[in-house]
Amino acid sequence: MQLAQQVKHLIKKEVVLEWRSKYALNGVLLYVVSTVFVCYMSFLSIEKLTWNALFWIIMLFASINAIAKSFLQESKGRQLYIYTLVSPTALILAKTIYNSLLMIILTVIALLFYTLVFDFPKDTDILMYFVAAILGSLSFSTIFTMVSAIASKTGNGGMLMAILSFPIIIPVLIVLIKFAKNAVDGLDRAVSLDEIGLLGVINVLVMTVALLLFPYLWRD
Amino acid sequence: MYKTWWKILAAALVVYTAIAGLLLEVPRLAILNETIRNLYFHVPMWFAMVVLFTISVWYSVKSLGTQKEEYDIKAVESANAGIIFGVLGIVTGAVWAKFTWGQFWSFDPKQNFAAISLLLYFAYFILRNAIDEEQKRAKIAAIYNIFAFPMMVVLLFVLPRLQDSLHPGNGGNPGFNSYDLDSRMRMVFYPACLGWIIIGYWIYTLRLRIKTIENSQL
Repeated sequence: MQLAQQVKHLIKKEVVLEWRSKYALNGVLLYVVSTVFVCYMSFLSIEKLTWNALFWIIMLFASINAIAKSFLQESKGRQLYIYTLVSPTALILAKTIYNSLLMIILTVIALLFYTLVFDFPKDTDILMYFVAAILGSLSFSTIFTMVSAIASKTGNGGMLMAILSFPIIIPVLIVLIKFAKNAVDGLDRAVSLDEIGLLGVINVLVMTVALLLFPYLWRD
Repeated sequence: MYKTWWKILAAALVVYTAIAGLLLEVPRLAILNETIRNLYFHVPMWFAMVVLFTISVWYSVKSLGTQKEEYDIKAVESANAGIIFGVLGIVTGAVWAKFTWGQFWSFDPKQNFAAISLLLYFAYFILRNAIDEEQKRAKIAAIYNIFAFPMMVVLLFVLPRLQDSLHPGNGGNPGFNSYDLDSRMRMVFYPACLGWIIIGYWIYTLRLRIKTIENSQL
């Protein structure tokens, strides 16, 4: 019960902080919009396969930028203060849940804008594509939150964040792109059940490992 | 003598597989032909790598629990030895691919995933080099190692099964189980796996001893 309370307060704190500056939200939105714009000006018309790959590449970098800040930008003093108040499990849970919410909102807005510029290819299963996008943002947030926690401990976090997270995210990205491609091709929904299951398993796996390991990571 | 018997055993097994693997009869299969012998040299590399990485994760867990430096050294050195076998596995696979698929690297899913799983461990070493303070390095590297290990398992054993690959054992290509009908290959393959795993462990113990001596001289 106490854990749920702590998680609730931490998420509220994150949301209030974010709402005050709107830094991540606006920054990443601007990033997505300008990237899509650059892509539009260089591609003009776009094939189905590229359409899908491009969306995931944009989302990959957007989510790294959005989530990297979750641990990297907390000041030492504030971290210490939080550590004295709550349990590590509550902290990592709150960060992951908050990042997932942020990423889902960002992904939906990005997808809407992306389809405004580049139309959905013909016979796309739009609902399925949204499911893919949301599952993708969930997987990105669980993995990147933990990696950002690791990277923040090393001092020079920015570059390490990319090095550490890319090999871990590639398998997820491959499954996601395949899943999203099924949706773009308008295949029967039952075809993608394997991918959904695998993504679910990877997410649960990452969350369990993160919950087990974070208590060791957080104290210096 | 009682401490060296397993080293002699490993050497004997590897010498035996090198000779028997090249000289004994093998089943004739289309496409594979004589390159089927690569089974004796390529597959044991991956077994040895997985065993060494498992040792590494085991000591990472212990190092996290006890904060002792010796466990951290053991975790690094077994990952180091594992990487050697991973690179050898990729190289033996690429040479084989040159003669059966026509190219050293044809971006087959199996090749890609193997390469990515090695990238995971290279990232582990970069992470280690990025931290100067020893205790902190031990802790964070152990955490990343434990975090990366399940991903390596997914990369090597789950994802390739979901994609079409030309690799033997995938997508209707004859795999180990279909050669298995021929018990002559078993006679070489199992000793080869055992021999290379023990050789890998031996390399790990050697590296560990060198590292321990280096540390004690500091």
